[in-house]
Amino acid sequence: MDAKERMKLEPVPMRERDVSERVAGFEEVNRGYSEQEARAEAERCLQCKKAPCREGCPVDVDIPGFICLVCEGRYAEAGLKIKESNAFPAICGRVCPQERQCQATCVLSKQGKPINIGYLERFVGDYLIEYPPEQVGSTAPTGKKVAVVGSGPAGLAAAGDLAKAGHQVTVFEALHEPGGVLIYGIPEFRLPNLTVGHEIQALLEMGVQVRTNTIIGRTLTVPELLGVIGFKAVFLALGAGAPIFLGIEGENLPGVFSANEFLTRVNLMRAFRDDYDTPVQRGRNVVVIGGGNVAMDSCRSALRLGADSVTLLYRRTRAEMPARIEEVRHAEEEGVDFQLLVAPTRFLGRDGRLAAVECLRMELGEPDESGRRRPVPLEGSEFTVEIDQAIVAVGARVNPSARLVMPGMSQDERGHIIVDPETLMTSVEGVFAGGDVIGGEETVIEALSHGRRAARAIDEYLNS
Amino acid sequence: MFKILDKQELAESIIEYTIEARDIARHHHAGQFCIIRVHSHCERIPLSIAETNSQAGTITLVVQIAGHSTQELAQLEAGDSILDVVGPLGQPTKIGSPRRGIFVGGGVGVPAGSSMVRQMKQAGAQVLAIIGFRSKDLIIYEEKMRAVADELVVTTDDGSYGYHGLVTEPLQERLAAGEKYDVVITVGPVVMMRAVAEVTRPYGTHTIASLNPIMVDGTGMCGACRVTVGGETKFACVDGPEFDAHQVDFAELAQRLEIYRDEELRAHEAGPHECRLEQALKELG
Ligand SMILES: Cc1cc2nc3c(=O)[nH]c(=O)nc-3n(C[C@H](O)[C@H](O)[C@H](O)COP(=O)(O)OP(=O)(O)OC[C@H]3O[C@@H](n4cnc5c(N)ncnc54)[C@H](O)[C@@H]3O)c2cc1C
Ligand SMILES: Cc1cc2nc3c(=O)[nH]c(=O)nc-3n(C[C@H](O)[C@H](O)[C@H](O)COP(=O)(O)OP(=O)(O)OC[C@H]3O[C@@H](n4cnc5c(N)ncnc54)[C@H](O)[C@@H]3O)c2cc1C
Ligand code: SF4
Ligand code: SF4
Ligand code: FES
Repeated sequence: MDAKERMKLEPVPMRERDVSERVAGFEEVNRGYSEQEARAEAERCLQCKKAPCREGCPVDVDIPGFICLVCEGRYAEAGLKIKESNAFPAICGRVCPQERQCQATCVLSKQGKPINIGYLERFVGDYLIEYPPEQVGSTAPTGKKVAVVGSGPAGLAAAGDLAKAGHQVTVFEALHEPGGVLIYGIPEFRLPNLTVGHEIQALLEMGVQVRTNTIIGRTLTVPELLGVIGFKAVFLALGAGAPIFLGIEGENLPGVFSANEFLTRVNLMRAFRDDYDTPVQRGRNVVVIGGGNVAMDSCRSALRLGADSVTLLYRRTRAEMPARIEEVRHAEEEGVDFQLLVAPTRFLGRDGRLAAVECLRMELGEPDESGRRRPVPLEGSEFTVEIDQAIVAVGARVNPSARLVMPGMSQDERGHIIVDPETLMTSVEGVFAGGDVIGGEETVIEALSHGRRAARAIDEYLNS
Repeated sequence: MFKILDKQELAESIIEYTIEARDIARHHHAGQFCIIRVHSHCERIPLSIAETNSQAGTITLVVQIAGHSTQELAQLEAGDSILDVVGPLGQPTKIGSPRRGIFVGGGVGVPAGSSMVRQMKQAGAQVLAIIGFRSKDLIIYEEKMRAVADELVVTTDDGSYGYHGLVTEPLQERLAAGEKYDVVITVGPVVMMRAVAEVTRPYGTHTIASLNPIMVDGTGMCGACRVTVGGETKFACVDGPEFDAHQVDFAELAQRLEIYRDEELRAHEAGPHECRLEQALKELG
C-alpha cells in the first residue's frame, strides 16, 4: 500500500460500553482494540522518516517503530520498543493527553485523522501484561540501597530503572496501597486498578520492595534512611496531592467535598462496592467545580454512584478546559450538564447541610499569565442551584508537610522542591526529586520521565 | 501486618490494644495519633496513641467500640494482626513551659492524656488532671493518671464514683477560686471540649483541644478533616489535631462529624461480617 492509499483509510474507532451500561457501574468504558483493529489502525501509519509524532511525545517513544511491529503482528517486540522510553504503556496509552501530545503532531492530524497512537500503545501494553516476556539477563547486584519515597508514576518508574541497574530498591508509600494517583485518584472506568497492579507486580518480581503505611518525615526520616538504615540515595516522588479549596463561604458545610476525598473513597477505598465498609455520600443533585481530568472523573463517578443530575461548573469555556478530550466527550455522553463561564460564589446550607450553591456568570477578558483569557464576573448575574453535594476539583498543590520530609531542603514559594534541571538532585546531596512535587506539566507521562531521569542520575551518582 | 501483643478490656466496650509498631513507637510524641485498618475491606480508623514503649517497639491504643469499624477491630485478639497501622500523625503537643497546667479528659480521651501530662511534668509543670466518665464502671486509666499527675479529680455523671458532675464543674470551681493556670489541655467528646473552652474563656486561660474530625488519609491529601480555627480552614490531621480551643468552631466540627451518620447507622445495624476477614485473607493470598 502506498502513502496515498493509506491516507484514504479511516481511523479505527475504540469500542466503548453503551452509556446505559457505563453509568450503571465502574467497568472500564473503553474496551480496547482487538488484534484486527490494532493492525488495521497501525496500517494507516505513514512511517514518516522525520516522525513528527515523536516530537509531541514527552519521552520520545519510537512511535513509527512500534507501530511497524504492530503491523507485522510482533506485539511483544512492539511493547519492548515502547518500553525503551516509557515503562508503562498500558497506563499511558489510557491516560496521556494524546490530543495535545503525540497525536497533535502526527502528520495526519492536519486531516483530523491522526493515528490513534494512544489506543495502539494501550493494545501493546495490555498484550505485554497478558503475555509477559521473559526477563532478559539481569544486571549483577551492586549491593547499593536506594530509597524511593512515593509510589506514583514517578516513583514506580524510578524504582524499575534502578532495580534494572542492579540496585536494591525500597519504595516507601504513605497510603496502604502503592500507585499514587493512579490508584487513589484515577477511577476504574478509565484506568483499572488491576492494570496498575500488574505493573507493580512486575516491579516486585524484579526485587523491588514496597513498604506501605510509611510516611517519610513521620514514620521514618530521610536522615535516618541515609544514615543508620544505609540507603545511599533517596528519590522523592511525593506528588502534589494537597487539595485546593475555593475559599468561599459555606465551603466546610457537610456535603462539600474535595475531589481528592471523594475519589479516594471511591477508588482507593472502593466505596462503590457493597463488600467494602467505606462510606461515601451518594448525592442526588451534584455540582462539580473545575475543568480538568479530576473534575471529569468526579462528575462521572458521581453519576455512577446514582446521582439524578451532575452539573459541571467551569469558569472559562470548553476551549480552555485542561481535561483530556476523550474524558470531556465521555462525560457529556453520560449526561453531565456543562455550565461554562460560571463560577460559584458561596455555598448555602439548610439544617446543617449543603442545600444550594450561588453562582455568577463570567465572560472572558484579557489573557492572564498562563496565556488563557481571564474570566471576568458579569455584574448582577447571580443565580442559585439547589444541590445536595458539591465536589471541588480546582487543583492541588504540594503538600505543606513535604517540608518535614527533609528539613532544610530548598523549595520554591509554591512548595515545589527545587532541583538541578539536569540531575534532579535537590539542594541536599544524594537526595533527588521528580514528578508533580517539582512542578511542570503534571501528567503521568512527565512524572514517568522524571522517574527515569532521576534513576539515571542516581545510578551515575552512585557509581561516581 | 502489625501484631497485637496484648488486648485488655478496660471497661465495657473499651479495649486497650498493645501493638507492635517499632517505627511509630520510636518517633511518637505526645498528642499524635495513628490510623489503622483492620482488614482489606475496612475503613481507616484514626486513634490516638495513648502510650508507647520504644524499647519494646510497641504502641498502646484505647478504643471505644462505637460503630461498625471499631466493632470489627474488637474481633481481633492478642496474637492476631492489624493489616495497616500508619503514624505517628499530627503535630506533637506544644505546651511550652507552663508552671501549672490542667488536663481535662473525658472517656477514651483520657488515655491520650497520660503522655500529655507526662510531657507537662517533664517541662516542669505542676499538673492537675480532671478526668470524667459516665459512671464508675466506665472509668479507665485512673491509676495511670494518678501516677503521673500531681493531683487527680475523677468525676462521674451519675455520682457513682468521685466527684458527682461533669468535668467542667471542678474546673470552673478552681478557676473561680482564683487558682491560676498557664494552660489547659482537653481531649474528649466534642461537647465536652466545647464546654471546657467556654469555662476557661472568661479567665483567658490558654486552652488547647485535641480535635477528632472524620479523616481519611491523615496526611493532608483529602481535606475531610478540615476545621475552622480563628476563621481559617485548617486540616486537623497535619495542622493539628491540637488547636487553640477558644478559636475552634465547635459547632461546625459537630456538624461535620454527622456527615455519614445515616450510612454508619446502617452499617452498625448490619453488624460485623464474619465472612469478611476470611474474604480479606483470601484476597491477600
Ligand atoms: C483524579 C486525577 C486524574 C488525573 N488524570 C490524569 C490523566 O488522565 N492523564 C495524566 O497524564 N495525568 C492525570 N492526572 C495527573 C497525574 O496523575 C499526576 O501528574 C501524576 O500522578 C503525578 O505522579 P507523581 O509520581 O509525581 O505523584 P503521585 O501520583 O501524586 O504519587 C505520589 C505518592 O507519594 C505518596 N507520598 C507523598 N508524600 C509521602 C511521604 N512523605 N512518604 C511516603 N509517601 C508519600 C503519596 O501518598 C502518593 O501515593 C490526574 C490526577 C488526578 C488527581
Ligand atoms: C485524631 C483522632 C483521634 C482519635 N482517637 C480515638 C481514640 O483514641 N479512641 C477512640 O475510641 N476513638 C478515637 N477517635 C474516634 C474514632 O476514630 C471513631 O470513634 C471511629 O472512627 C468510629 O468508627 P466506627 O465505624 O466504629 O463508628 P461509626 O459508626 O463510624 O461512628 C459511631 C459514632 O462515632 C462518631 N464518629 C465517627 N467518626 C468519628 C471520629 N473520627 N471521631 C469521633 N467520633 C466519630 C459518629 O458520629 C457516630 O456517632 C479518634 C478520632 C480522631 C480523628
Ligand atoms: S507516551 Fe503518551 S505521548 Fe508518548 S506516544 Fe505514548 S501515548 Fe503518546
Ligand atoms: S506522524 Fe503519524 S503517520 Fe507519521 S509516523 Fe508518526 S504516527 Fe505515523
Ligand atoms: S484526613 Fe485527609 S487531609 Fe486530613
